[in-house]
Parts: sequence; C-alpha cells; structure tokens
Amino acid sequence: MSEPQGPGTELRTADEDPLHRRLGLKDDEFDRIVATLGRQPRPAELAMYGAMWSEHCSYKSSKRYLRTLPTEGASVLVGPGQDAGAIDVGDGWAAVFKMESHSHPSAIEPYQGAATGVGGIVRDIISMGARPVALLDPLMFGPLEHERNRWLFEGVVAGIGGYGNCIGVPTVGGEIRFAGPHTANPSVDVMCLGLARAEDLVTSSSRSAHAGSLMVLYGASTGRDGIGGVSVLASATLEEGSTAARPSVQIGDPFAEKLLIEASLELIERGLLEGLQDLGGAGITCAVSESAARAEMGAQLDLDAVPLREPGMEAFEILTSESQERMLAIVHPSKLGDVTAVCARWGLGIAVIATLVDGGALTVTHDGAVVAEMPARSLTDEGPEYDRPREPRPAVEGEEDPTFTRFNGDVRTAFMDVLAAPNVASKRWVFEQYDSIVQGQTVAGAGGDAAVVRVPGTLKGLALSTDGKGRFGALDPYLGAAHAVAEAARNVAVTGARPLAITNCMNFGNPERPAVMWEFSESIRGMADACLGLDTPVTGGNVSFYNESAGSAIWPTPVIGMVGLIEDYRLRVPAGFPRAGLAIYLLGETFAELGGSEFAETVLGVVAGRPPALDLQKEAALHRVLLAAASQDVLASAHDPAEGGLAIALAESAIEGGHGFAVTLAGDLPAHVMLFSESASRAVVSVAPEREDGLLGEAVDHGVPATRLGETGGSAVLFDGLFETSVQELREVYETALPRLLGETGAP
Amino acid sequence: MTARTPRIGVITFPGSLDDRDALAAVATMGGTGVSLWHGDHDLRSVDAVVLPGGFSYGDYLRCGAIATHAPIMEEVRAFAAIGGPVLGICNGFQVLCESRLLPGALIRNRSLRFVCREVTLRVETSQSVVTADLTPGETLAMPIKHGEGAFVARTQELVRMRSEGLVVFRYAGADGVVDDAHDPNGSLENIAGVRNAAGNVVGLMPHPEHAVDPDVGATGGQSVFASLLSSALAVAGS
Repeated sequence: MSEPQGPGTELRTADEDPLHRRLGLKDDEFDRIVATLGRQPRPAELAMYGAMWSEHCSYKSSKRYLRTLPTEGASVLVGPGQDAGAIDVGDGWAAVFKMESHSHPSAIEPYQGAATGVGGIVRDIISMGARPVALLDPLMFGPLEHERNRWLFEGVVAGIGGYGNCIGVPTVGGEIRFAGPHTANPSVDVMCLGLARAEDLVTSSSRSAHAGSLMVLYGASTGRDGIGGVSVLASATLEEGSTAARPSVQIGDPFAEKLLIEASLELIERGLLEGLQDLGGAGITCAVSESAARAEMGAQLDLDAVPLREPGMEAFEILTSESQERMLAIVHPSKLGDVTAVCARWGLGIAVIATLVDGGALTVTHDGAVVAEMPARSLTDEGPEYDRPREPRPAVEGEEDPTFTRFNGDVRTAFMDVLAAPNVASKRWVFEQYDSIVQGQTVAGAGGDAAVVRVPGTLKGLALSTDGKGRFGALDPYLGAAHAVAEAARNVAVTGARPLAITNCMNFGNPERPAVMWEFSESIRGMADACLGLDTPVTGGNVSFYNESAGSAIWPTPVIGMVGLIEDYRLRVPAGFPRAGLAIYLLGETFAELGGSEFAETVLGVVAGRPPALDLQKEAALHRVLLAAASQDVLASAHDPAEGGLAIALAESAIEGGHGFAVTLAGDLPAHVMLFSESASRAVVSVAPEREDGLLGEAVDHGVPATRLGETGGSAVLFDGLFETSVQELREVYETALPRLLGETGAP
Repeated sequence: MTARTPRIGVITFPGSLDDRDALAAVATMGGTGVSLWHGDHDLRSVDAVVLPGGFSYGDYLRCGAIATHAPIMEEVRAFAAIGGPVLGICNGFQVLCESRLLPGALIRNRSLRFVCREVTLRVETSQSVVTADLTPGETLAMPIKHGEGAFVARTQELVRMRSEGLVVFRYAGADGVVDDAHDPNGSLENIAGVRNAAGNVVGLMPHPEHAVDPDVGATGGQSVFASLLSSALAVAGS
C-alpha cells in the first residue's frame, strides 16, 4: 500500500520525513498517540490528531495562561470553551460574541483569507443559536508605502466586504492599524455579535443528545480545499515561497452562508435540533469529535455518506477538509424529516454522516472499512499541553524615552502630520466598502469610538469596540494588553454604555521562542488585571501564534473586543461637537507620556520609551462619570483621546460634528507634550453651558479632574497661543490621507 | 370610502438581504407587510409588491439575472401588466431591469468598489407610484449600498427615457444640484431611479427602506413609502 499524500506535502523538507512530522506532530506527540491507541496509528488517525492537536485547535501552548483570565461576572451566561461567549443584556436577550483571526490565510490570499474568516466567525455565532447582527474587523498591515502591503490591504478589505455584504450582517467597525512588523504578517481579526433569546441559547448543557441521535451535515459539499489549514497554515510560520500553501486556503461562498444562516435559525426556532456545531478548523474531525465529547459519548462516522465535490477523495482529506459553509446538527431520528424539509426549502444539501453511540469511541469507516478508531475525548480534551520556556526581553540600551526628547519643530506641522498619519487619518475609504446598515439597527457605525446597534424591539443598544495597542505592547506587553482593555472599555463608555465583557484575539509570534512566550504571558497578565479592575470578564477568544517570518515577529498584540450596554440608545453620546456654544472639558489628566505614542513614531521616527501608566481605579472612575452624565443627558459629545492624544481628539470631534473650537491648554508641560501625550483615562467632552454644573458635580463625586479647555463654535480651530487652522483644512487632511497613500484622489 | 391598510408584499429570494428591513419599513409607514416566497406562484392578494435588496441567488451570473426566472416573477409580470404597483430596490431594481420591466441596466460602480453611504436624491417626476405625493425638484436623503449600481442605457433608449420622463430620481447635492461630483457610482446622467411608461413599476438603487427611522439614519424614504402605500390603495380601489 502506498503512503497517502498527506497535507504538508507541499512544505515537506525531506522525503524521509515520517508522516506525523509532515502533519505537524512532534515526535513526543506521536508517542502520546501510540500510547493512547495502544498500537501504531493509521494514516487517517494521524491526520485527525495532527489537526486536533495543532496549536490552532488545541491551544496547547496558551491553555495554562488562558485559565488565569477572569471569566465570571453577573452578566455572563456562557464563558470560554463554547463556540462563543454569551452575556445577559436584559429583557430576555443574550448577546453572543466571539473574535477570531484569519491572518495566515490572508497573508497568502488576502481576499479569500479575509472572506472565509468572516464566514467562520458567523457560523460560530449561529451554532450558539443566535442571529448574527454585527461584524467588526480589526486589521493590522505593514506600511502602505510598500506595494505588497497595499495589495494585502485592498484585498482584505474587498474580501470582508465581498463576503459580509452578501450575508446580510452589517459590518459596523474594527480599528485599522499600520506597523512595520506586519509587512510579512498582516493581522486579520474578525468579531461577530449575535442576539438570541436567552432560553434559546444552544449550549452543551442545553443539548439533549443521546445514543442513536443522528449527526446531520448540511450546507456545502466537501472538497479538497483547506486541507491542513489548521496544522500547515495556522500553526507554523510562513516563510519564503509560502504561496505554495495557497491550496490550504479555503474559498468562500457567501450566498451559501446566507442560506445556512436562515436555515439554521429556522431549525433552532422550530426546536428541531438537539445540538449544533459549525465546521471550521479541522473540518468534520473537529465537529464530530467535539459534538460526541461534549455529549460524553462516542460516534460512528461513515465517510461514504459525506457529499463530495469530487470522486476519489482519501479518508484523511474528507476528515480534515475545511470546505466552507457547512454545519453539523444533532437530530433525533423522529425529526429528520422536518430537518430535511427545512434544508430543502433553502436549497441546502443534507446527509446523515454519523450516529451518536454509548461509550466514548469515535469509529470512522471509509469504503466500508474502519480507517480510524479512537476515544473522541483523546482528540478534543486530552491533547498535549505545554509549559514553554519564557525569557524576558532585555531592555534596549541607550534608548531615549521620546517624552524627554527636545522638540524644536513646529507644533502646527507636527499636528497636521499626526492627523494625516495612517493610524489616525479617516478610514472612510475602508468603511464605505462595508454594508453597515442592513438589518436596520445600526445607530452608530464605524469610525467613531464604538459602534452601537439596537436590540430589536427594545430601547437597548449594544456598544462595540475593538482595540489593540501594538506599539505599547512592543514596549511593554503587560501594559499593552492592559491599555487595550482600558481603551476598549473607554470607547464603549464615551458613548454612554456600560462595558460588560470582552472577547479577544491574541496575535503573537512563534511560541516556541522564549521571548514570544514571555510576551504572551505578560499580555495575559495585563489583560487579566485590567478585566478584573474594570469588571469586564473574558467570555472567550482566540490565540493566533506563529505570526512571524524569518525570525521577526509581529508586536505582541492582543486585540480586545468589548461589548457594552446602553439602556436607552436615544441617549447615546456622539463623538462630534454637535453645535456651537458648548463648553469643552477634559476629564482626567494629561501627563508627560509620549512613550510609544503616535507623535513619537510619526514626528520623531521612533517607537521607544515607556507606555503611559494605567491606573485602573482612575479608569473605572472616569467610566462612572461618563455613564452618570450620559444617563442624565448632560453630555453633548464625548470622545476618547487615543493615538495623537488630546490634539487629535479635539480635531476629530470638530471634523465629525462640523463645528470648530477655541481652546487654551494651560499647564507646565511643553506644548507638544500637552498636545500629543497619550495619557490614559481621559475623555474630551462638550456640554451645554447650563449643564456644566451637572458635569462638574459628577466629576467631583467620582474624583475625576475636569478642566475647562474652551468652547465650540465657528469654522476656525484655535489652540490659543500655539496655532490656528480651520475645520475645513482639518477635514481635508484627515479624509484624503488614506486615499492618497493608495494613489487615489479621494473623489467619489 | 373606508380606510383600509394596504397590503404590501415583499419577495424573499434566496440571497435577499433587505427583505426584513422592507417589511419593517412598510409597518413603520402604516402598511401591512406580507412575505412572498420566490418559489411560489402566489402574490397573496397584495396591493403592491417590493423586490428587496440583496444578492439574489448569489448574483453569481449578472446581478438579478437568475431571479427573473423565479416562479414568483411570472406573477409579478402579470401584476405589473394590469397596473399593480411594483417597487424594486437595489437588487430588486436589477431584477426589474433584467426582467425588461424597466429600461436600462446596472453595471459595476465607476470606482470598482462597493459603496455604502448616504446620498441625496432629486425627485424628477411625480408620475410614479413612489413619487405621487412628491414635487419634482424636492430632495430626499437616503443611503446607497451596492457594488453594481452604475445605471447605463443605449443612447436611443436614454433619449426615449428623457422624452417620456422615465427618470424618477437623480443623485444630487444637498442643494439639489445634479453634477458629476455627486454621482456616487458613475450612473449615466446621475440616474438613481427609473419608472416604466405607465409609472406603476419603479426601480432605484438607493434604499428608502433604510430611511424611515430617524434613530438610525436619514428619513428620505418615508415619503417614498407613503406614496407607495397611497398608490397601492388607489390602484386597489380603482
């Protein structure tokens, strides 16, 4: 018998490599499989373990750290470990949300990589029984001066739009950042939020599966696409010639996904299912083994029943194919007729591929013969777990903190340069390519601090923000992660919403390198502390390792997806100055903190120094002031100073609202520090004169400093004693920067 | 005359996305929304039909091309032939053009990119079921969201459309000025919406159903739906 052509053939380093290594399994992992089975594994079994024990599926390097995250809170209905987390948002509604990455496929084939990332996260939400109601796409690329980065950027954005716009789920946000280390490794993360009636949530505890229940595969047929996606692509670094891995990238069909959404929700609504599982990484192997393991049972899987796109597929191909737009339902035999009828109405193929059986064994047959037999749990819960060596990064010698660099330049020029920096400038070019309004619940779309979508039939709004602090993380991974949580919470709080819980995507380099593992553990520590301090538990997330090429990793970048609740969406606070004659206040304090700032990188050309300090009690106090003021309709606008500091926050509020301002920045700090410091726990707010006392009262009550900076009005923008410009000039600089970098004029 | 609530049918094709939004807009404006299914030969006694936005059948051929062969479209053609009000929005507009119920065609945007943003429309005629209550020159704000919304027609056809007043909406500035700077997709003569000769069939690329609720955006769709509802009753009562 000839050895099957396993996944990884394209990347094989030497022909004499044993099969298990080509499947991404280490020698000791192979020994573990032999011990589990009590015999030599068959090829199909190796393929199954290779996929399920991959870093991507098993979290074998990250598990021990993820366990330290705070996951409990009053609002948490479903914590980590399910397809997605869920929180109670009142009135019987559950908000279901999760973030994932599709960075590796996107680095090779940006359009399909990004598109199938959207498809995958949407199926995670459906499999919890929720209707997907919002998508956010946090993206990080290398500088747009490089042609290949522009190709990746344009391709990813087109892929997100091409898929998301076709499935009727609005894309309402996602921050976009540019940094050198992302040139070889763009980070393409995607978050989806769904809504379900709390009693309809499909979770493992709600599953009533029993021996004899059928596993029904519905949706697209299974082809040779995406084989080895989790083990070859997502769990190894991409090196030169990685385009050879292109066959491991899946191809998306958003039309099929839309049908899958509607059919799945109808099946759930009519109570026809005992369980539901999406097919993502590791395909049928993962869906069948997880479903069986969660039911504490085994399964009899017949690969001959799987509808195939082409004849002659090998067992391991059917088992690990990551063909998109498929779902696996657990169905009582008496309901099979109804399930078939619903799928037929939506034009979806359907096949009974497995039966749940007592005992824990998963038995797989192909061409009538057994090709694999193992305990289902050995794939899902009994994989390897590593405590990889860590090594703190040595401090860089002789590096000057930009906070203390003498700056003799022109602050007006610096201000315009920071406003036009790709990290700061308007991302309208991106967001206009996304349908942000379908479903009719989008109160605030992309481009502001947080998007707000309504809970249908109520006055409630859910505020959503995604934030990563790559530069801060590069300088101090603990602070980078903590700041990401704090900023995400602040972005939600400035809209008037209470931050409730987070999901996350951990974007890192190769965990087998001690420096990366240290960055990861520090990031987890920072995230945990911030989540505890702000009472926003972690409901789930995703780890994306191996984002490095030729030994150079991306910055350690946990991206936080925050969900907040606003009781009455009509009280949402906008970011822009809505009219003239308002008093402008800074809540919080500005310190001399230019380490890792946009100013330092754009104007001084350095990513160096110490990131701003973060006091979580001050941060929480700021949120309390914002929420109290918003609920009493005191605030006319509120905006979070982030990249570019106070100066950019004021500019953005002016551009967004269309009203200029005159402010005086008093204090002992040098002008450029006052303008561009990225001190945390601040907000720029505007209030009507008759509401100033109300704001100050709340600020005093919560111990948050409030400084009156000036007033809104007119078309001029004046930083008293420093420089003057106009709203129109600001808008011109802000809106045209990105199109210019892409070689466009910015005209329609 | 007894006041009756008009029944407005909204067709769901596989891949329709804004069908629920259209039903919601009908309800907001005081009508009764009725779901219609692409595979049925039944218009369920509705007074008007809306073909919603989306990507019917995936739009993998030309946009709207497959939908013209859906069983329900036979009923829509018969309904239109006897003067029944029919409104096609975005993909629905593409379906009506592909079905030859409306002149012209819709091709890829000039930018070659999908575009989602709010635009201003200038009303060009009140001789249609969605502008009966409006005055030419009035402006309406509502969003667009499409990748293939550039209206094109042969020169001869364009001349006929002009002479017969078949253009219902043009993209314009907030002040009503029609110029290239306010053409978001490269449509000929800024054409955003057209009607048939009788005025009972109208298609437009912008989304009036996403412009009826001030809490989530512009409100230019209110008068469009108000006109459709009153036209539906008028036709039903005639």
